[in-house]
Amino acid sequence: MPAIAETLNTVQSVADNGYKWGFETDIEMEFAPRGLNTDIVRLISERKGEPAWLLEWRLAAFSAWQGMEEPVWALLNYPKIDYQDSYYYAAPKKKAGPASLDEVDPELLRMYEKLGIPVSERAILAGVEGAEARPPMAVDAVFDSVSVATTFRSTLAKSGVIFCPISEAVREHPELVRKYLGSVVPPTDNYFAALNSAVFTDGSFVFIPKGVTCPMELSTYFRINAKNTGQFERTLIVCEEGASVSYLEGCTAPMRDENQLHAAVVELVVLDDAKIKYSTVQNWYPGDAQGRGGIYNFVTKRGACRGARSKISWTQVETGSAITWKYPSCVLQGEGSVGEFYSVALTNNHQQADTGTKMIHIGKNTTSTIVSKGISAGHSNNTYRGLVRILPKAAGARNHTQCDSLLIGDLCGAHTVPYIECRNPGAKVEHEATTSKISEDQLFYCRQRGLSQEDAVGMIVNGFCREVLKELPMEFAVEAQKLLAVSLEGSVG
Amino acid sequence: MNAVTASATGFLARYEGLTGRLPGDPAPRRAARDILLSAGLPHLREEGWRYTNLAPLGDARFHEALTEASGFTGDDDLPSLGGLSELPRLVFVQGRFSSAQSVLPELASVRSFAANAEFGALANPGRDRLVALNTMLAEDGAIIEVAEGVDAGSLVLISAGRDIHGTPVAFHPRHSIRLAAGARLTLVEMAVGHGQYLHNPVTEIVLGEGAALSHVRLQNEGLAAYHLATVYADIAARATYDSFTLCAGARVARTELLVRLHGTGGHAAINAAQLLRGAQHSDFTTVVRHEAPGCASRQTVKHVLAGRARGVFQGKIEVDRLAQKTDGYQMNQALLLSPDAEIDCKPQLEIFADDVKCSHGATVGELDSEQMFYLVSRGIPQAEARALLVQAFLGEALDMVADEPARAMLDDVISSWWVHEG
Amino acid sequence: MLEIKNLHASIGEKPILRGITLTVPDGQVHAIMGPNGSGKSTLSYVLSGHSDFTVTDGTAHFDGTDLLAMEPEARAQAGLFLAFQAPVELPGVGNANFLRTALNAVRKARGEPELDAAQFLKLARAEAKRLQMPDDMLKRNVNVGFSGGEKKRNEVLQMTMLQPKLAILDETDSGLDIDALKIVGDGVNALRSPGFSALVITHHQRLLDHIVPDAVHVLAHGRIVRSGGADLARALEAQGYAQVIAEAA
Repeated sequence: MPAIAETLNTVQSVADNGYKWGFETDIEMEFAPRGLNTDIVRLISERKGEPAWLLEWRLAAFSAWQGMEEPVWALLNYPKIDYQDSYYYAAPKKKAGPASLDEVDPELLRMYEKLGIPVSERAILAGVEGAEARPPMAVDAVFDSVSVATTFRSTLAKSGVIFCPISEAVREHPELVRKYLGSVVPPTDNYFAALNSAVFTDGSFVFIPKGVTCPMELSTYFRINAKNTGQFERTLIVCEEGASVSYLEGCTAPMRDENQLHAAVVELVVLDDAKIKYSTVQNWYPGDAQGRGGIYNFVTKRGACRGARSKISWTQVETGSAITWKYPSCVLQGEGSVGEFYSVALTNNHQQADTGTKMIHIGKNTTSTIVSKGISAGHSNNTYRGLVRILPKAAGARNHTQCDSLLIGDLCGAHTVPYIECRNPGAKVEHEATTSKISEDQLFYCRQRGLSQEDAVGMIVNGFCREVLKELPMEFAVEAQKLLAVSLEGSVG
Repeated sequence: MNAVTASATGFLARYEGLTGRLPGDPAPRRAARDILLSAGLPHLREEGWRYTNLAPLGDARFHEALTEASGFTGDDDLPSLGGLSELPRLVFVQGRFSSAQSVLPELASVRSFAANAEFGALANPGRDRLVALNTMLAEDGAIIEVAEGVDAGSLVLISAGRDIHGTPVAFHPRHSIRLAAGARLTLVEMAVGHGQYLHNPVTEIVLGEGAALSHVRLQNEGLAAYHLATVYADIAARATYDSFTLCAGARVARTELLVRLHGTGGHAAINAAQLLRGAQHSDFTTVVRHEAPGCASRQTVKHVLAGRARGVFQGKIEVDRLAQKTDGYQMNQALLLSPDAEIDCKPQLEIFADDVKCSHGATVGELDSEQMFYLVSRGIPQAEARALLVQAFLGEALDMVADEPARAMLDDVISSWWVHEG
Repeated sequence: MLEIKNLHASIGEKPILRGITLTVPDGQVHAIMGPNGSGKSTLSYVLSGHSDFTVTDGTAHFDGTDLLAMEPEARAQAGLFLAFQAPVELPGVGNANFLRTALNAVRKARGEPELDAAQFLKLARAEAKRLQMPDDMLKRNVNVGFSGGEKKRNEVLQMTMLQPKLAILDETDSGLDIDALKIVGDGVNALRSPGFSALVITHHQRLLDHIVPDAVHVLAHGRIVRSGGADLARALEAQGYAQVIAEAA
């Protein structure tokens, strides 16, 4: 059972109305000093036991970042971030490597329980492998800045699949990391990517060799726990020719009055005929009903379809974070390659989201599909921002974009900002967008059948999102539905 | 001084040279000067200008502004009017009113800006810097007023420009159109010319309650010209602003229509077609702001792009919190006829009211090959088949021009465009 | 079962119901007939709690409880069912999922155990078959792309599944062919029992051939102008409303 499933069950008892993942875990932490400078960058690199080339790479990114300006074009409004006021490295204090699970702090295991990391996973974490695992799912858990445990590694290794913390991959598979790291999102790509490149501490690394279909779904849980700590994880997934993988990520954080920064980078590479399906359920702490606290989520996600007929599919359900700035994108280089973006972004209370995608069509006969569903409630603002760019050589390129917004209440905003740039006459681009509200007639119909107002809204909202939710792996989808309903609590009636 | 502000230097110098000779209150002009001095002309890094580069404008050396209409104009500088020739018309040459060539209307009052200079309240030079440029340098323009309940019929407004012995000229006319409650007017605007010049008109339109303005605009400037037009329209309750713009001329063009629906039951149509070829660049940018409940806005914009032409469409529908029951619709379609043509579009919705119905759509593609085949298989030659399909494509937008002589004039422009293209 | 006294209701400032008094005893089926605009649909909306209508005077009791004080979902859970004249579409919401959620909400209110997916599907498929509905209607989205007749049958399916105490059928017969009319009639008749009452709103006599009412009321200008037995419907069909209303006045 995926994380949020059990989380939801757990949650009901954890907190009263509002954010239900807000527990804090009391674990002994090791922090680097507050602030950001080259010493911190060096310290992170040193703690990770990194080779010289990576330190140089980080330092170059840091120096570039210092010369860059924070982007202001998004429809987001937040106070200036003091980058010197945060910790850039926090790790649970532990002894040797994570192989020895007995040494993991019991508090950490309790956190897994609260997070709802699958029962079978917890069994495995507890060393009881072989429990009735349904189609199993391998899990990498990233706690603050550090990957604390990765499961099912030996099973995966048998098929040649590498699934490990990226810090470990740097040591164990340096040639692969060096070849692909920064090849999709260069360190100087944008302000937040440069920051991440300088200070990233961990994240997941996945490598699926030629011809291999990953035997199970891979999953990473990201958890911010420590105070005043930024989280900068870096994920790199490479699928060689004909390989494929389905990857899920879930994110939660404790309730805190101050804002915390999360600036991740995700890079995907697919070669000929390879496929990556990347699903996200983002439920970072959104702040309270008055807009205090919450995660600032500035994320750069991009996939390169380098091979012919390759495919990258992004699916995201974004319900958390005070600020979301995120545009999972596809660079469609390979002939006949396919990019997809399915998104549900729900904002309530004082949340702000500016999210969407970029589809860059470079190769011939490349196709992309964008389905975006935005739901705004409370005082929130929700913006879809998407770019479809057809370059001169992309003859036969196709894009279809469907972009729908739903408003709940009259104090929120729903915005749509698509950019369509076409430089090939043989391409075909279609964009449709609508904005509407839940009709009184629909609500009344449901209530006349005995559904409460909130259940009726939940049901209609889930119907509105169906095209996206059906792209999620089945159980994830069921739980995402519940998450949408929970996130809308208090927005109606 | 950085490169950005440098682009306005020539214009600022001209303003200094004209001090004391420009009509009206100097204060708004000074304020506009200060805006340009600090912010310069719009540049690509601004979100609203990401697709249109005005840098060449800063490089071009425009001739000293004309303080009176120079007498170069024979009537052959004017566009062919066809069925519009019977109508009253206001002719502007190099931005100056030419009374000899004009025929004043009977039912609308017309005054010149040169003699009655006043800057309207709609313009926002602080935000719209081409309007600041206009405000700083405007010398003439038409002030057209229709009294309460009067149907003033049709009026033609012509602008003719040209360079002088190969030296480019810049002019910045300032027009104002006011329809009192229940008044009606059909205004056909035509901008034409030869050679290199800059035509930077600002038009402020105020429609009273229940008034109706049908505004047909032809931008058919000389192919080396810059056309940078800004139109503001304020629409009161139950008033209708029905506009259609055909952009076929100029080397670099930007048309910006900023429409505000501030009374219940207002209606705005902002339709357009762009026919571009060669290295033409034409940017059609609109903002429709719904501030009152129960208003409707409709927009159909079509682009036909040949050669290395670049078409730009930016269309924004803004819905204020108070504007419940808004009905907004926008459709943007482009046909690329050449491998080197480019279309960039950004249709935006910005919505703060919950009980609204807003939608937009955009499509980009080439001529439908099956339709082409169907026509050709019936014996129609390729070129004609293309022309037929393109005209059918444009028809959807053109059909919204209800005024027959205006429609015929637009059809003529399109046919002759096609003669060059085909 | 249902006791309405001097019920006045308006939409905005405009009065629609102007003093309706009507009692439907347990086990009885009453028909409401009347011309367009007489207030028939308004009566059904007011009884089920639609917020567009304001009750300005009078009372309505359902099994002795004050109906007008209840939220719409509470009325539904108490056993009041409205078969809508024009059922709304719910894009993306599966018909089976919707029906199961509704059924479990109602069952929960009755203190009955909720049905799991398998139990529910078995029941729903059997009912759908009885109503001669194609299987895929359960898989489709609620009323989306349904023909007029399919929508009405879907309403009847919901009614038979939810087992209400009081069903209000608001022109369920409009847009139905003869076969569908019979199916709807059979659906209602199957529910007839001492614990089930119905208010059948219709323009036409023909539905009442299938569902024979215990009483017929003629509504005009927001009031009941005439009441009678099943034969009144036939008289109306023969003479038209105008005459009956004129006679009553």
